[in-house]
Amino acid sequence: MIGATHYVVLSLILFCLGLVGVMMRRNFITVLMSLELMFNAVNLNLIAFSFRLSDLAGQVLAIFVITVAAAEAAIGLGLIIALVRLKDTVDLDQADEMRG
Amino acid sequence: MEFLIANFVEILFYCLAVLTVAGGIGVLLFKSPVHAALSLLFTFVLVGALFLLRHAELLAAVQVLVYGGGIMVLFLFVIMLVNVKSLAAEQVFMSGIAPLAVVGGVLLGVLIAFGLVFGVLASGHGDGTALRSVDGEEIGNTEAIGAILYTKYLVPFEVVSVVLLVAMIGAIVFGRRSAALETGGGGGGP
Repeated sequence: MIGATHYVVLSLILFCLGLVGVMMRRNFITVLMSLELMFNAVNLNLIAFSFRLSDLAGQVLAIFVITVAAAEAAIGLGLIIALVRLKDTVDLDQADEMRG
Repeated sequence: MEFLIANFVEILFYCLAVLTVAGGIGVLLFKSPVHAALSLLFTFVLVGALFLLRHAELLAAVQVLVYGGGIMVLFLFVIMLVNVKSLAAEQVFMSGIAPLAVVGGVLLGVLIAFGLVFGVLASGHGDGTALRSVDGEEIGNTEAIGAILYTKYLVPFEVVSVVLLVAMIGAIVFGRRSAALETGGGGGGP
C-alpha cells in the first residue's frame, strides 16, 4: 500500500536535491533546472494529498503551480540571455553589480 | 510472479521513485548543461508517471506536455543559444555554506515532520473516485477538474492568466536587444 507518506518522503528528497542545486551550483542554467526540480517536488506533494484527502483542490493548485513554473522558466531564461549579452557568462557570481 | 502481481503498484512506485531521484542527482552532478537538461527531462516524465499512480491523469498529461515539451525546449534552446562550451568553467560554491546548511536542514526537517504527521493523521483513505466525479457522478479526471476550475476556482484561474501575460512581457523585455545592454552602461538611451 503506497500512502501519502511515501510521496512526502520522495518529495522531500527531490526538494532537497533542488535546494542543494540552487545553493551549490553557480551556473545560472543549472540553478534554474534545480528550481524546476523543487517545483516538481511540490506538485508531487499536492497530488499525493489530493488523492489522500479525496479532494480535487490539490490538483487544481498543482495546475496553477505548473503555470507559475512555466512563467518563471520564461523569465529566468530571458534573464540568462540578458546576462550572457551583458557579461558573456552564465556564472551567477559575475552578476554582482547590485552588491552593496 | 504472484508476488509481482500482488505488489505491482508498490514495485512500480519504488522503481519510479529510485529512477526519479537518480534523475534529480544527475541534474546536480552532470557538468554539461545539455546532459543535466536531459536528466531533468527524464525526471519530469517519471514524475508524470508518479502522478498517474495517484489518479491524476490530466496532471500527468500536463506535466509531460508543459514540462517535457515546453520548458525543456526553452532550456535546450537557451543552452544552444549561449554556447556553453565557450564559457569559463564553473566554480562550485562551497565555503561558508555549513551554518546555512544546518539551519536549512533543521527547518526542512521540522517541515517534513509536520507533513508526515499530517499525512498519517489525514482523514479519509482515498481511492481516486472523488478525483473523477462531480456531484457523485463519475465522469473522469479531466472533466472533473474542468468543472471545478471554471466554477469554484474561476478567480485564481483568471489571475494566473494575468501572471502569464506579465511573464510574457517580462521575457520579451529581457530578451530584447537594447542599446543599454549592448554597451554595458545603465544610463545610455536608445
